[in-house]
Amino acid sequence: MNKILSLLCGIIFGIGLVISEMINPEKVLGFLNIFRNWDPSLAFVMIGALIVSTPIFHLFKNKNKPVFSSNFSIPTNKELDKKLIIGSIFFGVGWGLIGLCPGPAITSIALLNTSSAIFVVSMFTGFYIASKVN
Amino acid sequence: MNIVNFTPVTALTGGLLIGLSVALFFILNGRMIGISGIASNFLISKDNRIDNFLFLVGLILGPFIYNLISGKEINISISNSLILLITAGAMVGFGTRLSSGCTSGHGISGISRFSLRSIIATITFMLVGILTVLITGIL
Repeated sequence: MNKILSLLCGIIFGIGLVISEMINPEKVLGFLNIFRNWDPSLAFVMIGALIVSTPIFHLFKNKNKPVFSSNFSIPTNKELDKKLIIGSIFFGVGWGLIGLCPGPAITSIALLNTSSAIFVVSMFTGFYIASKVN
Repeated sequence: MNIVNFTPVTALTGGLLIGLSVALFFILNGRMIGISGIASNFLISKDNRIDNFLFLVGLILGPFIYNLISGKEINISISNSLILLITAGAMVGFGTRLSSGCTSGHGISGISRFSLRSIIATITFMLVGILTVLITGIL
């Protein structure tokens, strides 16, 4: 059952990225272009997501177990370390250069866009390198 | 600063769907969605590999299903050079794993949990993204 659910959640997430146009790098770069011509849409995407996910998380986090799995798996790391900051800086530069982050990049494979496919292959290489460094 | 191309209704609608996906995944599967985590774990870890794979397949099916339902074409344009695509892709991949999260993992799931780590990560990558766009716009 949780297999079907994983697929379904991916589909809902992907459709959300398409409807909100976050799949389009120009829309993301428009949000980051705050000092010139600013497109605030990305902030509304985050607000829309958070008003659903925040109350649901806090309502269910203390339940015994999720419906189709044996236990909840919630990140426990609370340390504000160098990796968090350096990683976020790397991500911010890459994000600002093209306007793609992991979700929209992978979703855009559906559009058979050569540029985004190159980005995705390089991103997975980055995942692999980070797994060796960590 | 001028406000341009602002699409609050579709942004909020898409955002609600993303939030629904995160909420459902948590209630039913017990995990908080982070796309960089799901994608890199699919690559390097045997744990939950089929679930992670199916989630990624779902993401890619999203645009097809949207197109089927709405009949609307989805167009994106990326005009960056090959070297820039490779550099930026590697930085996004490496950076999100070093900091254990991206726009979804820190920006949505982490902030939902009121995680200080995620709030600081989100502020950092947004400020750096804004700075990057500012600099590339001047160059």
